[in-house]
Amino acid sequence: MITLNVNGHTHEVDADPATPLLYVLRNDLKLNGAKFGCGLGQCGACTVMVDGEAVYSCLTPILLLQGRSIKTLEGLGTAERPGPLQQAFIDEQAAQCGYCIPGMIMRAQALLERNPSPSDEQIRTHMNAGLCRCGTHMRILRAVHRASKTMQGAIPGAKRA
Amino acid sequence: MNAKASSAGFGRQTSGPGLRLSRREFVAGAGALVVSFALLPRLAAAQAAQEVRAPVLPGSLKDTPLLDAWIRVDADGTITVFTGKVEFGQGIKTALVQLAAEELVVGPARIRLITADTSRTPNEGYTAGSNSMKDSGTAIMNAAAQVREILVGMAATRFNVPADSLVVEDCRVRAADGRNVAYAELVAGQSLHVTAQPRSRLRDPTSRTVFGKALRRLDIPGKVTGAVAYVQDLRLPNMAHARAVRPPSYGARLRSLDSSAAEKMPGVLKVVRDGSFLAVVAEGEYQAIGAMRLLGRGATWDETVTLSPKTDLYAELQSLPHDDYQIRGDASASAKAWSVESSYRRPYQMHAAIGPSCAVALYDGGKLTVWTHSQGVYPLKGAITELLRLPPDSVRCIHMEGSGCYGHNAADDAAADAALIAVAIPGRPVRVQWMREHEHLWEPFGSAMLTSAKATLDAQGTITDWQFDVWSGTHSSRPGQAGNLAAAWLLQSPFALPTPKPIPQPEGGGDRNAVPLYDIANTRIVHHFIPKMPLRVSALRSLGAYMNVFSIESFMDELALAAKLDPVTFRLRHLKDTRAQDVIRLAAERFGWNGFQQRESGKRLGRGFAFARYKNLGAYAAVAMEVDVDRERGRIDVVRVVAAVDSGDVVNPDGIRNQIEGGIVQSLSWSLYESVAFDDTRVTSRDWSSYPIMRFASVPQSIDVHIIERPGTPFLGTGEAAQGPAAAALANALASAVGVRIRELPLTSKRVKAAIGV
Repeated sequence: MITLNVNGHTHEVDADPATPLLYVLRNDLKLNGAKFGCGLGQCGACTVMVDGEAVYSCLTPILLLQGRSIKTLEGLGTAERPGPLQQAFIDEQAAQCGYCIPGMIMRAQALLERNPSPSDEQIRTHMNAGLCRCGTHMRILRAVHRASKTMQGAIPGAKRA
Repeated sequence: MNAKASSAGFGRQTSGPGLRLSRREFVAGAGALVVSFALLPRLAAAQAAQEVRAPVLPGSLKDTPLLDAWIRVDADGTITVFTGKVEFGQGIKTALVQLAAEELVVGPARIRLITADTSRTPNEGYTAGSNSMKDSGTAIMNAAAQVREILVGMAATRFNVPADSLVVEDCRVRAADGRNVAYAELVAGQSLHVTAQPRSRLRDPTSRTVFGKALRRLDIPGKVTGAVAYVQDLRLPNMAHARAVRPPSYGARLRSLDSSAAEKMPGVLKVVRDGSFLAVVAEGEYQAIGAMRLLGRGATWDETVTLSPKTDLYAELQSLPHDDYQIRGDASASAKAWSVESSYRRPYQMHAAIGPSCAVALYDGGKLTVWTHSQGVYPLKGAITELLRLPPDSVRCIHMEGSGCYGHNAADDAAADAALIAVAIPGRPVRVQWMREHEHLWEPFGSAMLTSAKATLDAQGTITDWQFDVWSGTHSSRPGQAGNLAAAWLLQSPFALPTPKPIPQPEGGGDRNAVPLYDIANTRIVHHFIPKMPLRVSALRSLGAYMNVFSIESFMDELALAAKLDPVTFRLRHLKDTRAQDVIRLAAERFGWNGFQQRESGKRLGRGFAFARYKNLGAYAAVAMEVDVDRERGRIDVVRVVAAVDSGDVVNPDGIRNQIEGGIVQSLSWSLYESVAFDDTRVTSRDWSSYPIMRFASVPQSIDVHIIERPGTPFLGTGEAAQGPAAAALANALASAVGVRIRELPLTSKRVKAAIGV
C-alpha cells in the first residue's frame, strides 16, 4: 500500500510502486483530468502539480510521491464552481477538442501560484512544455492572462490550497 | 421507395427492379407509382416521373426524411435532438443545439442532443469535409421549424383559432386570449412520425435570439473540470484494459512468438493472437502496458523493404502508376510559351492528435457494442461486422469524443482492435488505447503531393492561360470495408486494403481546390491519381486543398511579381465573385496591407496574402500575415495574422473564429515543421521529438479573425477553410521578407538558410 495525498485527501493505493501516477489517478482514483498523451514527458497532457510544481504524471512513479501534496484538475474546482483558471478557460472559450487543456491548466496554475502576474513572454516560456494540436494557443494564452488578473483582484493573496 | 430509386427502375425498361417489387413494397409509400411507370411506355413514364419527382428535402433530411428521427418531444417536456454528426472540438454540438432552440423557440438548456449512434441517430455518413452545418445543421433547422409548425397547428385546432394568431415561447403555444398549452401536452398521444416537407417557415433572421449568438460551448465546462468527456475517460463496470503489440513496419509478419513471460505477469487475463494481430488484456492499464512490452520482446517479425529513401520522394510520386483525370479544360490545349512555371512539394504529414486513439468494446450475448471516436459510426459498424464476420445488426457503434481528429486518424483502427479483443473475452468491456508510437507510426498520413503550375500573362498583366497538374495518393481510405482497418491486414485470414477511387469533383480529393476560383480564359487541370502509395494515406484536414491552395496562391504571387502588380490587386483583378472580393478587401484593410512598412530597425519583415474558397463550395477565407525572418538562423517568426471569412449564415461566430484561429496555427505548424520521416523499411517519426509540431514559443503574437455575416444564406463549411490560405500566406510573406521563394513544404530553417545563401 502506498499513501498518496491528492487534492487534500489521503488515499491508500494498492498498486505496484513503479506505477506512474497517471494510471493511479485515472484508474484507481477515477480522476479524469490528467490525460495520457505520450508517456514520454514530451506533450504535457498528463501534467499535475506536486508540491506546487508542474510534473508529468506519466513519468512519475507513485513510489516517489508518499508524503507529498498532489493536485489535479479536480482540485481546482467543479463545473458548478470552477476555479479561477478553469473559469478563465471557459470565459475565453479556450478549448477545441480540449484534451490538452487539463495539462495546460495545471501547468498555468503552477506558474500563477509562484508568479501571480507573469509577463506574456514568461507565460509563453512556461507553457512551452505543453503541446496543443488544435491550435488553441492564442486562447490559452489569453485565459492565463485573464486568470492572472482575476486571481489577483478577486482573491487577494491567491488561494494556495 | 424514393423518387431516385424509381427513376432508376424504369430506366431499365423491361427487367428493372421495379417489376420485381413485392406487393408489400407497392403499398409502402411511392412503390405503387413505381410499378405503374414500369408498365407504361417509356415516354409516358418519363413524364410521370417528372410529375412525381419528390422535391429535394433540405440537408440530410433528404436521406432521413422523418421528423421524429431528428426531434422528439416527450410527454415530460424533454426535447431531444438527434444528429448523425459528431463532436470533435469543432463546436458542432453547440451550434446544432442553437439551431434547434431557435426554431423551436426554447432555451438551449431545454435541449438534449444525441450524437452519432447506430442504434439511435440518423446515418449521416462521416463528419468530414466541413459539411456538418450544411448537412445536419440544415436538417435540424428545418426539422425544428416544421415540428414547431405542427405543434402550432395542433394548438390552433385545440383552441379553434387561426394558427397565425398564436405565438410560441419557451415550450408553450399561446393564444391571444391567454389560453396556452405546453409542447409536451400537444404531442402526448400524438406523433411527429411524419415526413418532412421541402420548405419550412424559418424564423425571420432579424428576430433571432440564439442563432447567430456566441453561445458558450456546452462541452467546455466538463472538459476543464475533469468530467467524463472523452472515450478515453469511459470507465465501465468490470472493464479490462488491453494493448496491441503493433508490427514494426508495413507488411511485417509475426514469425514467432513466446508469450509465456507476458502471460505470467500479474493481472494479465489473456494474450490474443490472430495471425500477426497480437494483443494482451489485463485487469489494470499499466499492467497491460507492461505486458505489451514483454510480449513485444517475445515477438519476432519478418520485415520487408517497402519504402524508398526520402530524397527521391517527388520523383517517385511521378513514377508511380497513376490514373489521369482531366478535371478542367481542353485536352488538346497546346504547349504555350509560358510566362511563369513553378512546381511545389508537400511531404507526408500526420494528424498527430495529442491523445492516442482509444475505444471501448463489449461483446455480450452475441452483440458487440463499440464506443469510438470514429468520424463515421455507420461505416465503421459495417467494417467491423465484416472484419469479425458477424451477422448483420449485431454491432452497435456509439460515438464519444476523442482527442483531436483532423481527419481519418487511428480512431477506427483502435475501435477494430477493441472489437477483436472484446470477442476474445466475452462479457467484459475492454478499453484499448494506442501508445504514442502506435499512433505516429500507424495512423494514415496526409498524402505526399507534387504540383506543377504554368501560366501565361498578357501585356496588361492578365492571366490568359493556366495549366495545373497535381500528383497525389488517395485522400480517402476510410473504413466502410474491413480492409481499411489496420488490424484487418494482420489476421490469419486477412483482408486486403481496397483499391481507392478518387473523390469526384466538385469536392475532389487530391484535386480538392485544384481548380482556381479565379477567372481565367483557358485552363487545363489534371489530377494524376496514384492508387497505391508507399505509406498508408487518407484524409487529413482539407485533403488536397492544403497543398493545392498553397501551390496556386504561391503561384499567384509569382505571377503578380512577374506582372509587377500588388498581390492583392492582382487577385482582385482576376475575381468576379463579389463575396471573394469582399473577404480579400476586408483582410487587406484590417491588416493594413497598403500602408505596410517592410523595414523596422533590426528586423526583416515581410507581408504575405492568400485566398481560397474551400472546395470552391464552402467558406471564403483570406489570410494576411506578417513575418520577421532571422536570416542567420533561417528562422521565420509569424508576427501577426489577420483573416477574413465568409461562412454564409453564421450560427455561432465564436465557433467560426475558433476554427479559423486553430486552422491557422495548425497549418503554420504543418508548413513550418512537419514531414513524416522514414527509412527503407520503417516510419521513423515515432514521437514528438522525431515529429516536432508548433509550440507556444513560436505561435504568432496575434491572430485576428473577421467574419462577414450573410443571414438567411446557406451554411458554408468553415472547419478546413484556413489550412490552404495560411500556408500560402506564410510562403508569400517569406518571399516578401527575404526575396526568395521556397516551393517545398515545410519551410524549415534549413531550407530558408539554403535559399538565402547563409
